Amino acid sequence: MTLWIALIATAAGCYLLKYAGLAAPRSVLDNPWVQRFAVAVPLALLAALIAVEALGDGQTLAWDGARMAGLGAAVCALVLRAPFLVVIVAAAATTAGMRALGWG
Amino acid sequence: MRDSVGIGVAVGAAGLAFGTTAVTAGLSPAQAVFTSLFVFTGASQFALVGVVAGGGSLVAGVLGALLLGARNTLYGLRLADLLGWRGPRRMVAAHGVIDETTAVTLAQPDRASSRLAFITSYSVLGTFWVLTTLVGASATDRVHDIDALGLDVVGPAVFLGLLWPRLREGGPRAWFVSGLGAGLALATTPFLPPGVPVLLSACAACVALLGPAPSSPAATTTEATDDTEGAGR
Repeated sequence: MTLWIALIATAAGCYLLKYAGLAAPRSVLDNPWVQRFAVAVPLALLAALIAVEALGDGQTLAWDGARMAGLGAAVCALVLRAPFLVVIVAAAATTAGMRALGWG
Repeated sequence: MRDSVGIGVAVGAAGLAFGTTAVTAGLSPAQAVFTSLFVFTGASQFALVGVVAGGGSLVAGVLGALLLGARNTLYGLRLADLLGWRGPRRMVAAHGVIDETTAVTLAQPDRASSRLAFITSYSVLGTFWVLTTLVGASATDRVHDIDALGLDVVGPAVFLGLLWPRLREGGPRAWFVSGLGAGLALATTPFLPPGVPVLLSACAACVALLGPAPSSPAATTTEATDDTEGAGR
């Protein structure tokens, strides 16, 4: 039930953020500091999400070799400019393969 | 049209990944589809279910999702003049303001084609996103050993796919902000409830405010177009 409340709150909040942009006065956009901050926030958050989901296990840090190999495969696919689907499948397949072989 | 199909396929792949990740995290397929339908902004959705998966505080999860969703406000600001909708139309259109629709719409030369591009991309992407979430969620609901299939790496891999084009275009400053964000989050993970370290990492973004004054806003209006490759799935 609390999960439903969190989902509904996120849905409402995300909608209001989008609507605020469409309805706000345009002068807000002309502030270059707003621009710079808005570009930087996703950078920091996405990097933090990758780090925490890859290396975190609740409140402890844990090295999961198979998972890290999967992320390595994703990096390789991105460097080769592979399509998004290929990146995801390469990551999951590498991690699954490592575990099947009992590595990591 | 060709662009819409290409982006549609990419979004479909991300929808499958979201359905999978959401159910892996403990959401029911119904909750996964509700999220795709109403939150409708990929990165925020992945961030929220990531916190749920880690057993973290839901409040932190919601706040993280909202912080990530705040970039849609910036897109809305850019689209407002171009689309020129008011009242109920604006209220419906607001739901569709995401990275991909913004990129496609900003690439149009005039209001009529902007509106058409927005409506087309919004309806195509929305349909793909929700349907593929349903497929991914239902399929994963029948899988018993998540780890054996490597599905736990799908979440971080998606974030990596979103981050990559931003790093490629953002230069050394982007790498620095990302590294600092990741470092802050990892360093505080042992001391804070799950979800909070990610929120804290947003402080790293303040570093981007240091240094020489940013160039004029005119120079940055093409950003959403450049963003299209990875953003918002």
